[in-house]
Amino acid sequence: MNFTMMYNLFVRDFRKQKKRITLTLVALAWGTMSIMLLLAFGEGLHRQMSLNQRGLGSNLAVMWGGQTTKPFKGLGKGRPIRFLKEDPEYIAERIPELKHVAGEYHRWGVTVRYGDEVLSEHVTGIHPSFEEMRYHLPQVGGRMINQIDMEKRRRVAFLGWDLNERLFGDEDPIGKQILVNDMPFTVVGVMAEKMQTNSYSGMDEDNLAIPSTTFKAVFGDPWLDNIVYQPYDKADMPHIERQLFEVLGAKYKFDPTDERALSIWDVVASQQEFTNIMIGIKMFLGIIGSLTLLIAGVGVANIMYVSIKERTREIGIKMAVGARRSLILSQFLVEALMITFTGGALGMAISYALTEGFKRMPVNPGTADVLEFMGRPTVSFEIGMAVIIILGAMGLLSGLFPAMRAASVNPVESLRYE
Amino acid sequence: MNKIAVNTNGSARGEAKSMTDTIIDMRDVRKSYRTGKVSFEALKGIDCLVKRGEFVGVVGPSGSGKSTLMNLMGCLDIPTTGEYYLEGQLVNKMTPNQLADVRNRTVGFVFQAFNLLPYATAYENVEVPLLFARVSSRKRRERVAELLSRVGLADKMANKPTEMSGGEMQRVAIARALANEPDIILADEPTGNLDSKSGEAIVSLFDELHQAGKTIVMITHDMNIAKHGERIIRIKDGLIQTNGDLS
Repeated sequence: MNFTMMYNLFVRDFRKQKKRITLTLVALAWGTMSIMLLLAFGEGLHRQMSLNQRGLGSNLAVMWGGQTTKPFKGLGKGRPIRFLKEDPEYIAERIPELKHVAGEYHRWGVTVRYGDEVLSEHVTGIHPSFEEMRYHLPQVGGRMINQIDMEKRRRVAFLGWDLNERLFGDEDPIGKQILVNDMPFTVVGVMAEKMQTNSYSGMDEDNLAIPSTTFKAVFGDPWLDNIVYQPYDKADMPHIERQLFEVLGAKYKFDPTDERALSIWDVVASQQEFTNIMIGIKMFLGIIGSLTLLIAGVGVANIMYVSIKERTREIGIKMAVGARRSLILSQFLVEALMITFTGGALGMAISYALTEGFKRMPVNPGTADVLEFMGRPTVSFEIGMAVIIILGAMGLLSGLFPAMRAASVNPVESLRYE
Repeated sequence: MNKIAVNTNGSARGEAKSMTDTIIDMRDVRKSYRTGKVSFEALKGIDCLVKRGEFVGVVGPSGSGKSTLMNLMGCLDIPTTGEYYLEGQLVNKMTPNQLADVRNRTVGFVFQAFNLLPYATAYENVEVPLLFARVSSRKRRERVAELLSRVGLADKMANKPTEMSGGEMQRVAIARALANEPDIILADEPTGNLDSKSGEAIVSLFDELHQAGKTIVMITHDMNIAKHGERIIRIKDGLIQTNGDLS
């Protein structure tokens, strides 16, 4: 079948049923738009929320000491497991898959003073690797706690941006002295603002971080509050978890199968969970969009039925001069697909323009506006492909039944049809 | 005896052509239509032979079954009972696709109502059967031009049916019927919608085609036109009355 002829048929049909086809095209564009925008919102939400989640850090796990629930080597159950400051190094030596392992101390209600400002704050003792693991990135003009600070147990402080604002206001804090429990500390950096939606011990924006070695020297805490670690490859997470039970079980003499001896929060696993929830949400949005598009599909089927009725005689003529049924069938199928894809292309173009518009809207981090949580609707390649596949399937379905009727027409009767 | 052997061997079309001069061979063909519970028998046992190169006129009152006979001859429909051999092939047993191919290549139809595609030009209308026969575009161009000039419409190729007279439309229809060099032309009241002058022109076109060797079966109610044929078949109430030479 030659293309010009198909095209002519389509154009002629369009002229004849201008209003009906226009309405169907609008319905198709609308349906395509709703499915596309819903999916785009889902995608934007997903991207933004995983970005926010990464505020804590990505591909890391946090480990706390627990309590034994099984007797082991003559030791009773109910024994607390606590980490010493040398444990991170001990673990790093035994589990080479780990990129970073670091201990962390916490103390709440510490008096922090600058000038007339007196605050009661959360102080953490951290390690330079937090810059990478926990996104403790310094703002321009300052720095994070470094290895030399660790070795020399320097009294230096790295402030959360919100704490910095409360303490210094508009003043530049770098190099200034503050008093932490009446001990002088020098501010070396302020954390760059980031979106953080999960935490295990307060939000980073309010933290006053000092080197963990200094923390130990100043506050004298006998045990680490928790250990943070990050593997080279996040696929190793479950395997590393098992090894930790082995290594620490050997050191602290607990049964490696005692699940309560260590408490581990694997962010990778919860990220996976989150991804699954997001997939669920996106599927839900996709289904709503598909249902809207389905209504447009009914419109296409309707138009095809009318068009076939009006062209009964034409079908008869074609059959009389030798058209096979398959040819009649494919002609009407192609026509239905042409209508579907014209409407679909229209809807896709509009959705694309809208999402591009959204992209130009500014997002101000830290201001907690809606876009910061919802993100911007994004049309991905996958969404485009999914919509095209759905459109194709719908066009085929809505064209197939009318086309099958057209092909089953009796040539003698259709030639008599007026 | 020879003929029967060929007939039973339906696939030997080329062989049949060489061995017999009979194109249409109907044996006790009946056709009944069912509308709801009522069954109506349009043809009540037709025996009919058409030889290669013949020009046959079919006459009869309306409702006599002329058009039904024509539809069966042209494989637009198949007999309810009886046997119909077209060029030695049993039509009763053909698949829908085979029937479509027969209509495309073996038979050419000319209708009273022209039955041209209204949105297509004269050129495109003649091209349709060639498209279905998958003729290459270069050959199609040559063939359509040749056919349209043969019916005297070389200058009207780009005209649509609405821009042509009845006589011209019927010429386009004849050109279309000739597109794939069919063995037989079936014309159902080809002059019925035309004034007498254009009607005569169309009939003389059929005469020319006959002289050029085409087999023609033409339905008409006009005895004067029927007399252009070498033989007249009279039908009445679904039965053939005369099946003989013109006298």
